[in-house]
Amino acid sequence: MDARFTRGKSAVLERALGRPRSELSLAAFALLFSELVQYCQRRVASVAELQARLALLGRHVGLRALDALVARERPGRRDTKVLGVLLFVKGPLWRALFGREADKLEQANDDERTFYVIEREPLVNTFVSVPRENSSLNCAAFAAGLLEAALGAAGFPARVSAHWHKGTTLMIKFDEAVIARDKSLEGR
Amino acid sequence: MSRQGGRGTESKKMNSELFTLTYGALVTQLCKDYENDEDVNKQLDKMGYNIGVRLIEDFLARSSVGRCHDFRETADVIAKIAFKMYLGITPSITNWSPGGDEFSLILENNPLVDFVELPDNHSTLIYSNLLCGVLRGALEMVQMAVDVKFVQDTLKGDSVTEIRMKFIRRIEDNLPAGEE
Repeated sequence: MDARFTRGKSAVLERALGRPRSELSLAAFALLFSELVQYCQRRVASVAELQARLALLGRHVGLRALDALVARERPGRRDTKVLGVLLFVKGPLWRALFGREADKLEQANDDERTFYVIEREPLVNTFVSVPRENSSLNCAAFAAGLLEAALGAAGFPARVSAHWHKGTTLMIKFDEAVIARDKSLEGR
Repeated sequence: MSRQGGRGTESKKMNSELFTLTYGALVTQLCKDYENDEDVNKQLDKMGYNIGVRLIEDFLARSSVGRCHDFRETADVIAKIAFKMYLGITPSITNWSPGGDEFSLILENNPLVDFVELPDNHSTLIYSNLLCGVLRGALEMVQMAVDVKFVQDTLKGDSVTEIRMKFIRRIEDNLPAGEE
C-alpha cells in the first residue's frame, strides 16, 4: 500500500460529527496566522506571490471545512443553485469558521457571474497592519483561497480574490458553466 | 506587523476548527517545502519560538499572574491558566523528577490534531512541535531556559500526548528590550 496512506491507526473517522468541543482564544489564531504570513513572506518576492501563497493555504482549509460543515448544517440536502450556495457561504460557513456571518452579499450590476461577499473587518485581519510599501496586500487572500476551494468542492467552480473595498470584499467570479447550469435549472 | 485591536482585556473566543485547519495547512505546506521531517520539525520549533516570544506578552497582559517563585508554580500557571486561555484545554502535570526540575504535561485532547492522521511516510514528524517552540520562547522571555520535547503522541499511537519540560537554568543577563 502506498506509504502516503495511513493504515487506519486512529479512530478519527468513526468519531461523531458533533460541534467542535473546544473554544480557543482569538489571540492564538492571530499569532499562528501572523507566523504563517511571515513564513510565506520569507519565501516570496512580491505582494502578488504572497497573496497567492496565502490563497493556497486557504484552499487547503476550505476543502476540508466544507464536508463536515455540510453534513452538520444541511444534512441530506445539497445546494444546487448559485444563490443557495452563496447564502450558505455567507451564513453557516462564515459563522462556523469565523464566529459571525459575513456582512453583505451583493451581486455585480453589470456581470451576472460576479458576486461580492463584504466584510468590514475580517477575522484573519485582526491585529494585521499593512506597511505602506505593501499597501495592496490583503491577508484576506487566505479567506479568498478558502472560499474558492469551498465553492469548487461544492460544485460551483469560481475564482475568488480579495480586495480593499468597503472593508474587505471577496470577489467571486463563477465559471460560465455554473451560470449556464443555474439558468437551465430555473427554466425547469 | 501587529497593532493592538483595542479590544480590552476580554479574551475573544473563536471556534477551534479554523485554527486546527490552518495549522494543518501550515504543516502540509512545510512538508512540501522541506524534503525531510527533521527540517520540518526544526522549522515548526522555530516558528513556535517566534510565537512564544509574543504570546508571553499577551499572556501577562491578560492574566494577572505575578512572577513565579519556582518551577512548580510555573508548571501550574502553564497548565491551568495559559493552556486554558489559548487552547481551551487543561493538561495535567505529572512525573515530577526528584530534583523538581522536570515534569510532564499530559494532554488528553490536543486541538491541534483534531481529525489528523500521520501518513506512514512521515512517521518521524512531530506534528505539534510548534507547541514546544511556543513554550520555550515564552519561558525564555521570563528568564527561564527550558528544554521541551514530546515524549508521547496520540498521532503515533500512544494513548495520550505527553510533553516533557526540563528546567535548564535561570537566564541572568538582561535580554534586549526588543527591536523597537
